[in-house]
Amino acid sequence: MTDHAHTNCEELLFSLSAYIDGELNPELCQELEKHLAGCDNCRIVLNTTRRTIDLVHAPIEKLDVPEDVRERLFKRLNLDDYLSRKP
Amino acid sequence: MNKTMSLEISLEALIAGDRAEFARLVDAYSSPIYRLGLRMLGTPQDAEDVLQNTFINVLTHLSTFEGRSSLSTWLYRIAANEALMLIRKKKPEVNMDEAQAGENDEDLLPTQFMDWSALPEDELLSGEGKKTLDSAIETLPESMRIVFLLRDVEGLSIKETADALGLTETNIKTRLLRARMFLREQLSAYYGERITREE
Repeated sequence: MTDHAHTNCEELLFSLSAYIDGELNPELCQELEKHLAGCDNCRIVLNTTRRTIDLVHAPIEKLDVPEDVRERLFKRLNLDDYLSRKP
Repeated sequence: MNKTMSLEISLEALIAGDRAEFARLVDAYSSPIYRLGLRMLGTPQDAEDVLQNTFINVLTHLSTFEGRSSLSTWLYRIAANEALMLIRKKKPEVNMDEAQAGENDEDLLPTQFMDWSALPEDELLSGEGKKTLDSAIETLPESMRIVFLLRDVEGLSIKETADALGLTETNIKTRLLRARMFLREQLSAYYGERITREE
């Protein structure tokens, strides 16, 4: 993050996460977007951070509780009568 | 997602001891709680222990639930406590306090600047890519991992995550930033190398 004229990359880095979550105040948001427009590295950090978060939301990551685990849980909770009902 | 789920469950019926409603609650939250246990502890057996202990606790304490947080947040709080208690029991050397989450700002600074964000998802998550993501999440210190899992994997809000873990929102935001930066760095190193190799 040193190959350009901007000096506030490090400072703005702390706002990146809140920016992604849409929780940054409007003033700082504007400052960050202005910075991003002229800073390739920060833009890459933003894009790849967003993509990192997207990847953990991918369907492949959404493992459901295995059927045998569900069955043991229902038995432990004395809910056997409701086992056959599909979630 | 969590709000919708909790709205569909009747708290009144649960407190009145309605077994069918409790079974619905168990089905609605079993998968996210099992996933949380698996990601925190690393083995299916431990994940199952977290799952069972969570719902036994819920059943035991349901009558005292005061509704100060949503039912969903309360469930995640119990599940997170169960997972963290099991970690402390199994790995007493793990320090869950803030210091372990890393306080050195220099650790946050990115060193990888290859833009891999345009790669298609199936390519990103195929074979080694998924393994890299999984092992990067496993490498996160527990105090950051649980924040990342609740917020970014299960989709709780910052406030819900803070309520579930008994931490301030500022603390959650700090841990989340560190976790995201850490994972981005790990994935960038892996995909950056792949892109360079293919060029």
